[in-house]
Amino acid sequence: MIRTEEMLLNVGPQHPSTHGVFRIVLKIDGEVIKEAKPVIGYLHRGTEKIAENLQYTQIIPYTDRMDYLAAMTNNYILCHAVETMMAMDIPERADYLRVIVMELGRVASHLVWFGTYLLDIGAMSPFLYAFREREVIINLLTEISGGRLTFNYMRVGGVKWDAPEGWLEKVREFVPYMREQLAGYHDLVTGNEIFMARMKGVGAYSKQKALAYSLSGANLRCTGVQWDLRKNEPYSLYDRFQFEVPSFPEGDALARYNCRMAEIEEALKIVEQAVAQIADGPIMAKVPRIIKPPAGETYVRIESPRGEIGCYIASKGKKEPYRLKFRRPSFYNLQILPELLEGENISNLIAILGGIDIVLGEVDG
Amino acid sequence: MSDQTPEELEAKRKAVEEAKRKAAELRKKKAEAENPADDIEFQKKKAVAEAKAKAAALKKQKEMEKSEQHSVAEEEDVALAKKKAVAAAKAKAAALKKQKEMNQNKVDQEASEDDVALAKKKAVAAAKAKAAALKKQKEMENGADDEASLAKKKAVAAAKAKAAALRKQKEAPSSDPTDEKAKAIAAAKAKAAAAKAKKAASETEEPIKEESPSPNQPVLERYLHIIQENLGDDLLEEAYINRLAKDVPTLVAKKETYLKVAQFLKYNELLAFDYLSETHGTDFETHMEIYNHLYSFQNHQSVALKVKIERDAPVIDSLTSLWTGANWPERETYDLLGIVFKGHPNLTRIMMPDDWVGHPLRKDYEPYDVEV
Repeated sequence: MIRTEEMLLNVGPQHPSTHGVFRIVLKIDGEVIKEAKPVIGYLHRGTEKIAENLQYTQIIPYTDRMDYLAAMTNNYILCHAVETMMAMDIPERADYLRVIVMELGRVASHLVWFGTYLLDIGAMSPFLYAFREREVIINLLTEISGGRLTFNYMRVGGVKWDAPEGWLEKVREFVPYMREQLAGYHDLVTGNEIFMARMKGVGAYSKQKALAYSLSGANLRCTGVQWDLRKNEPYSLYDRFQFEVPSFPEGDALARYNCRMAEIEEALKIVEQAVAQIADGPIMAKVPRIIKPPAGETYVRIESPRGEIGCYIASKGKKEPYRLKFRRPSFYNLQILPELLEGENISNLIAILGGIDIVLGEVDG
Repeated sequence: MSDQTPEELEAKRKAVEEAKRKAAELRKKKAEAENPADDIEFQKKKAVAEAKAKAAALKKQKEMEKSEQHSVAEEEDVALAKKKAVAAAKAKAAALKKQKEMNQNKVDQEASEDDVALAKKKAVAAAKAKAAALKKQKEMENGADDEASLAKKKAVAAAKAKAAALRKQKEAPSSDPTDEKAKAIAAAKAKAAAAKAKKAASETEEPIKEESPSPNQPVLERYLHIIQENLGDDLLEEAYINRLAKDVPTLVAKKETYLKVAQFLKYNELLAFDYLSETHGTDFETHMEIYNHLYSFQNHQSVALKVKIERDAPVIDSLTSLWTGANWPERETYDLLGIVFKGHPNLTRIMMPDDWVGHPLRKDYEPYDVEV
C-alpha cells in the first residue's frame, strides 16, 4: 500500500535558481505543492533609513544597489522625483543620454533574465549567448559611466558625464548587431518543442488577478493589459519615440517570455531613434550646489524593466529627505507567487519563480 | 506570531516600548553620573568649531597672500594673526550659540528644567575656558615659530586651494569635460567664483511661480462631487492638488472613514480605482500617515489617498480586502513603522527578523542590542 504524507521542503535562501537570497518554505504532498511561504528580507539594507541622513546626490549610489541589473532606471527614478519637486528643466542632450542608457539597461536586464531563466529550466547554451551580448552593453555603459553595474551616472539636473568620442557611433552599430542576435535567440529557443511544453499554461493568471495583486511590467502585460508608463504617462522624452507596447493575452509563462523578448526589440527601436535625434548641448541643468527640494511630498513612477518603479519623497525643505520610499516592482510582483504555486507540480516551481523576474536587491530594499 | 490578533500585537508592542523607555532612562542616568550629559556633544562641537576657525584662518591667509604678496612680511604676520583670532572667536561664538540651541532642544524633550540650566551653564563655562585656552595657544604658536608654521600653513592652504579648485572644476555644471583637469588653477578659481556668484544670484531670486489653476483641478472636483453625492460630507479631512507630485489629486480621509472612502473609490463605477500602485507609511513625529497611490485603468486617472493616524499605538484599517496587493506593503509598513493594520490576514514582520525590537523607520527609533 502506498502511503503519502505532507512534507516541509525548504528552498534557499542560498539557492542558484532564486537569483539571490530568497527562501521558500514548501509544504508538499508527493510532488504537489500544497502551500508555499516566501521568506524575504535577507538582503534588507535599510536604504530608506540610511537615506534620511544623506543628501540627495549621496543617495544615488544606493539606488544602484536596489535593482542591480538595471541600475540606470533606479538612478533615474530618484533624480526624476527630486526634479519633479523642484520643477527643473533638463537639457535635451542629458535627457537623450538618459534614455539611451536606460534602454540599453533594459536590454541588458532582459538578456540576463533570458539567459538565466533558460538555464533554470535546463537549457545551457542560451545563457552563454545572452551574456556575450550583455557584455557588449556593459562595456558601453562602463565607457560612459565608469561602472559595470553600479553606474552612479545620473545627477539631479542631468548626467555626470557626456558621451565619450565615438560612443554614440558604437551604440548605433550595436542596434543592428543585437537585432541579428535576437533573431538567433528566437531560432534557438522560441518554438522549441520542449521549451514550449515547459512554458505553455504554466503559472497562468487572469487580468483581474494581476491588477488585484498590483503586478506591473511584463507580469501585467502578459495578461493582455497594454500598460507601459513610457507610453501611458510619458516622462523624460518618451513621447518623442515610436514604439509599441507588446502584450499577450494568455497570462502564462510563455506570454511573459514573449513580452520580454518583444520588449528588447522595442527598446532597441528607442535607442536607435534617440541616437539619431541627439544633438550637442549641455548635459547638466543649472542646479544649486546644495539641492533642497521645497517642503512637501511627491510620488512619481516610471517603467523599469521589472515593472513600475516609484519614488516617494517627503521633504521639509532640507538637504536630506525627511522620508524616502521606493516602490520596488519586484517586491510587489513577488506577492503572487504563493498563489501561483499552490497545487503546482514541484518541477514548475523554478519555471514560475523565474518567470516573475525578480531581483532580490530590489525585493528587500 | 501569525495567529495573534492586532490587540495582542499592540499589547506586545506597548510592553516593548515601555521597556525601551526604561532602558533609555537608565542609560541616561548612568551617563549623567559618569560625566556631564552633553560632554560628547560638546567635544563634537568643539572639534567643529576648531575646524571652522582653522579653515577661516587659512582662507584669510590665502587672500592676504594674493593681495599683498609684496608687502612687508612682518606686517602681514601681524594682520594675519589678528584676523585669525577674530575668525576663531567668531566661529567659536557661532558654535556656542548653536550648541546652546541644540542643548535647549534636546533637553527640552528629555530632562527637567533644572538640569537644562545646569548643563547649559557648565557647557558654556567649559566652552569659554577651552576657547580661551585655544586662542592663547594659537597666539603662542604664532609668536614662537612664525616662519615655520606660516610656511607649513601656506603649503596646506595652497594644497587645499588646489583641491578645491579641482573639485569645483569638476562640479561646475557648465564645465566642459574635455577640459584638462590639470589646467591652470587660475581658470578653475575664476570658474569657482563664477559658480559661487551664480549660486548667490539664484538663491536671492526666489522662484516666483504664478499659481495658475492645475489642469487636474476639474478632476479633483469631479471626485469630490461623486463622493459627496453618494456618501455625503464629512468623510474627508482635506482634498487638494499636490503640485509637487505631477498635480495628483490628493484626498485625506478621516481615520474612521478611511476604509469606506477606499471602498468607494474602488467600487464606484464612475471612479473605479482598480489598481493600487503604492502604499506606505511615514512618521511625521506629530502623527503617522499612510500614503496610497491609486490608478483607474478605466478612466486613466490617478488619486492619492492619505490618512493621518495618531502616533502612539497607531491602528488603521487594512486595504487587503480591496486590493490583494496591499498585503506585503502593509506588512512592510507594520515592520518598519509599527502601524497595525486591522483585518490584515498575516500581519508579521517581513524585512526584519521576527525577534527584532522596535520599528526602524520611526523617528524615535533606538537600536537595541543586548550586548550594549
